Amino acid sequence: MDEILTLENVSLSYHTARGETEALAGVSFGVRKGEFLAIVGPSGCGKTTVLSVVAGLLRPTSGSVVLDGRPVTGPGGSVGYMLQKDTLFEWLTISRNVELGLKVQKKLTAENRAYARSLLQKYGLEEFADHLPGQLSGGMRQRAALIRTLAFRPKVLLLDEPFSALDYQTRLSVAENVSGIIRSEGVTALLVTHDIAEACSLGDRVVVLSPRPAVVRKIFDIPIAGGPEERRADKRFNDQTNAVWKELKATAEGV
Amino acid sequence: MEQKIMTPHRRYLLSVRRKKIFVKLWQFGILAAIIGLWELLTAVGAMDPFFMSSPSRIAVTFAELCAGGDFFYHIGVTLLECVIGFAISMGVGSVIAVLLWLSESARRVAEPYLVVLNALPKIALGPLIIIWVGSGTKAIVLMAVMICIIVTVISVLEGLCSAAPDKLLLLRSMGANRLQLLRYAVLPEALPTFLSVVKINVGLSWVGTIMGEYLVSGAGLGYLIVYGGQVFRTDLVMTATVTLCVLAGGMYGLMSLAEKLCARKKNRRAKEIK
Repeated sequence: MDEILTLENVSLSYHTARGETEALAGVSFGVRKGEFLAIVGPSGCGKTTVLSVVAGLLRPTSGSVVLDGRPVTGPGGSVGYMLQKDTLFEWLTISRNVELGLKVQKKLTAENRAYARSLLQKYGLEEFADHLPGQLSGGMRQRAALIRTLAFRPKVLLLDEPFSALDYQTRLSVAENVSGIIRSEGVTALLVTHDIAEACSLGDRVVVLSPRPAVVRKIFDIPIAGGPEERRADKRFNDQTNAVWKELKATAEGV
Repeated sequence: MEQKIMTPHRRYLLSVRRKKIFVKLWQFGILAAIIGLWELLTAVGAMDPFFMSSPSRIAVTFAELCAGGDFFYHIGVTLLECVIGFAISMGVGSVIAVLLWLSESARRVAEPYLVVLNALPKIALGPLIIIWVGSGTKAIVLMAVMICIIVTVISVLEGLCSAAPDKLLLLRSMGANRLQLLRYAVLPEALPTFLSVVKINVGLSWVGTIMGEYLVSGAGLGYLIVYGGQVFRTDLVMTATVTLCVLAGGMYGLMSLAEKLCARKKNRRAKEIK
């Protein structure tokens, strides 16, 4: 299958007055079109940095990032970024929030608007289109945030621990929801999380990063298909998460 | 009959209302006490009305001034100077704040200047102001602007810089440029700060205007106060001061009302949707 996103030997160092912090030390992996790739790693290992590099918000010190055949040189609006908090603009209605990316990219045509509307309708938020975010539940807000990133048809969706601000039960149902939407829209997604079970229940493959400076330690193929709930119920799921956990533990201990 | 039943909620509402009445009574009571005491003490000769004036003399002076017609001219002059000073400070100050927000280098270069100008007692600039723009309305407005504008720049800039970082990150990932960041996130988030600066400046622009009138004026409430002081007419000084209180309070009330109306409009919209 074609890789829509390729990171090759990406290194990145942060510079401050005190010195240099090496965050990434030659990270390489590819994401196939339509694939859901999850990245796990010890905390502080530079997972978010990987997403920032893909989004073009940070320039790598060396190495290349190629998105859909073109090198990424800056933020260009071809990725949808979903953050830990839903980051809905509380003074805008849901439909205006959803149209925000289109507006910023000056693509607010009648056709794109209709598409955004159709997403709201499809995922049960149409009757809340004229509500303000404060009137929605946490799960609905996260769904609206997802639709906002999908509305401008990004080539890759970046998810930065998008469920960690939710309580456990909501997190499970929102993950189910979000994964359903992503799969039915056929979007390529790159998820960063510290939750191994979350990674294994959502990702087609799981990338394990080493502690900082991060390199790719191992990539797991998740053989179980289906949505998070289905996977969590599968009897292979435990072995899978254990395997990832062992790898993560080994890399954290420097083995 | 039904109304007599005291449900806990009704009792709560009643206590809230009682408290409100209590506060209002005290507020008016203190004012009435001050006026009454002032009048009484001057009437029995415990205080000399020549120095202290008295409420009744203020009322008489007020009536005389109103009958003369000049008074409204003085009020108009001061009010106009104040409003112009306020508008210029808010407008120019906000624009400067936005420009400084747009360029981090400019912000850092400007910082020590802002700090020093903020600390400087603006009245010290009085003589220079007169030399620069003459001793007319311009000097008074300039004084008001000098006093308000630095605070405006500093506070509005602070509001602009406090926009939620994750919102900016999101917009930047969508490909937003700096002006779009400003329009879609930074300005809307700075609105509450802006409103509080408006309220602060209502007060400060009065300070600046009266200060300016002390310096140079030939008309206005500040002029009346200075003139009244020079010829030892405390009645005139007090009357002008009381009028000033009422005007400043009124302008502040107007701003609060505008703010409330905006909030109510927003609430109503939210409710309609619900």
